[in-house]
Amino acid sequence: MKIKLQKIYIGLIFILLYAPIVTLVVLSFNKSKTRAKWGGFTLNWYIELFQNDQIMSALSTTLIIALLSATIATLIGTIASIAINGMKRKWRTFYLGITNIPMLNADIVTGISFMLLFIAIGATFGFTTVLFAHITFNIPYVILSVMPKLKQTNRSTFEAALDLGASPVYAFFKVIFPDILPGVMSGFLLSFTMSLDDFIITHFTKGPGFDTLSTKIYTEVKKGIKPEMYALSTLLFLSVLLLLFLVNRSPRKASMSLKEI
Amino acid sequence: MRRLSELKNKRFLATPYFIWSAAFIIIPLCMVFYYGLTDKSNSFTLENIMSIGSIENFKALILSLALSLVSTLICLLLAYPLAMILNNLNVNQSSFMVLIFILPMWMNFLLRTLAWQTLLEKTGVINSLLNLLHLPTLNIINTPYAIILGMVYNFLPFMILPIYNVLIKIDKNVINAARDLGANGFQTFGKIIFPLSLPGVLSGITMVFVPALTTFVISDLLGGSKILLIGNVIEQEFKQSSNWHAGSGLSLVLMIFIIISMLITEKYDDGGIMS
Repeated sequence: MKIKLQKIYIGLIFILLYAPIVTLVVLSFNKSKTRAKWGGFTLNWYIELFQNDQIMSALSTTLIIALLSATIATLIGTIASIAINGMKRKWRTFYLGITNIPMLNADIVTGISFMLLFIAIGATFGFTTVLFAHITFNIPYVILSVMPKLKQTNRSTFEAALDLGASPVYAFFKVIFPDILPGVMSGFLLSFTMSLDDFIITHFTKGPGFDTLSTKIYTEVKKGIKPEMYALSTLLFLSVLLLLFLVNRSPRKASMSLKEI
Repeated sequence: MRRLSELKNKRFLATPYFIWSAAFIIIPLCMVFYYGLTDKSNSFTLENIMSIGSIENFKALILSLALSLVSTLICLLLAYPLAMILNNLNVNQSSFMVLIFILPMWMNFLLRTLAWQTLLEKTGVINSLLNLLHLPTLNIINTPYAIILGMVYNFLPFMILPIYNVLIKIDKNVINAARDLGANGFQTFGKIIFPLSLPGVLSGITMVFVPALTTFVISDLLGGSKILLIGNVIEQEFKQSSNWHAGSGLSLVLMIFIIISMLITEKYDDGGIMS
């Protein structure tokens, strides 16, 4: 009885979470252009999706921003973690405090603070401003993924490598880096997904004529959304599913990536 | 000697992040304060902050607070039992189930929220189903209830994860000891499990409350354009009226609530919100 109740409960929450996703997938096959009624099955939107230059360019912008910002954030964040890890307690608290600001602050406040900064320095709103904003809100995710791994590394092995004549850089890449690599990778992936999914901060740092998928969807919502968008989101969701399935093939990695999330 | 050079190295390594965070975290925040506390001729004023007292803004703030508190509470009530059920599954099952519950977050959240429009509309999917079963229809689209639904839907995973992460760390022996000493299920929960899970509950509360309080997207999509939350007001000040001073002033008011909820969490949470 208790088990049955638990299953029903899980099932209900499952329905709550997946109802909109099923709706979107169904809509992507809907012949009629309005969301309100079912006009029959079609694959047309999937074909038109690839001919829609606006959506395709928004998709490529989104991917480029996500890839670039995650890479740069991983670089800066990993180096910063190493530095912070070696600091005295007082300074470490100071740096981690700063790192927490973008994570704990509301996105809208972070967004407007960027907007004010870029207005003040007279930057043109567009690719660069969005990229800088994304790097900034990604760095904390990298630091918080790498720091725990760094704490676990054994300092003596690094010192042993130095005693045996390795240069600090060589010792770092041979001894410490392999140990923190899982943290670096999960920091990168976390940054990548955060950047892909961001709307609010992009909304405040983008200029006219520049769109990521999220901002494109937001403007389309007001004018009536094109069904191609449903097709695209279905495809994106399926690729995430596929990716997770592949990662899950090796069970150890899967449980690891889960814990990082 | 080596110690010394290592120390210098480490400090030198912090430079890029130091410059970056000064330029893109500290200075922008200071600018919000500067704009919030000055007027168009750059002289000091409290007018922007006081504009929260105007009827429209105050109504928006109260509505935001009410809706986000209710959503946070609903999230907690939904997530806690779920986290407990997940925690009781065996290891393989539970990591799979947790994955199932965070998977929706990989679909664009604007589209997912938009899908609720389709579901909730007067002639939408849910009402068609209710009609079919000859049940009364549900007319909550463009009302605060739809916004609450949107908030709960969007932020529920943020509540499930921290609670689940704390629950799996609770030593099963502690629970067994309580049972051995004669505590019943409710007592074990009230005296052992719940107090031990409090850090997770609190970080879940902040992770739901702050985005719910400050959202402007969910109210835009599910509330029609009639219901204004404080997030909508700030967004309009910035993107439509270009009144950065007033927008910053209202953001400062909003930050007071964010800081309060952060301080409450900080007090009980060991080692940062993501731990």
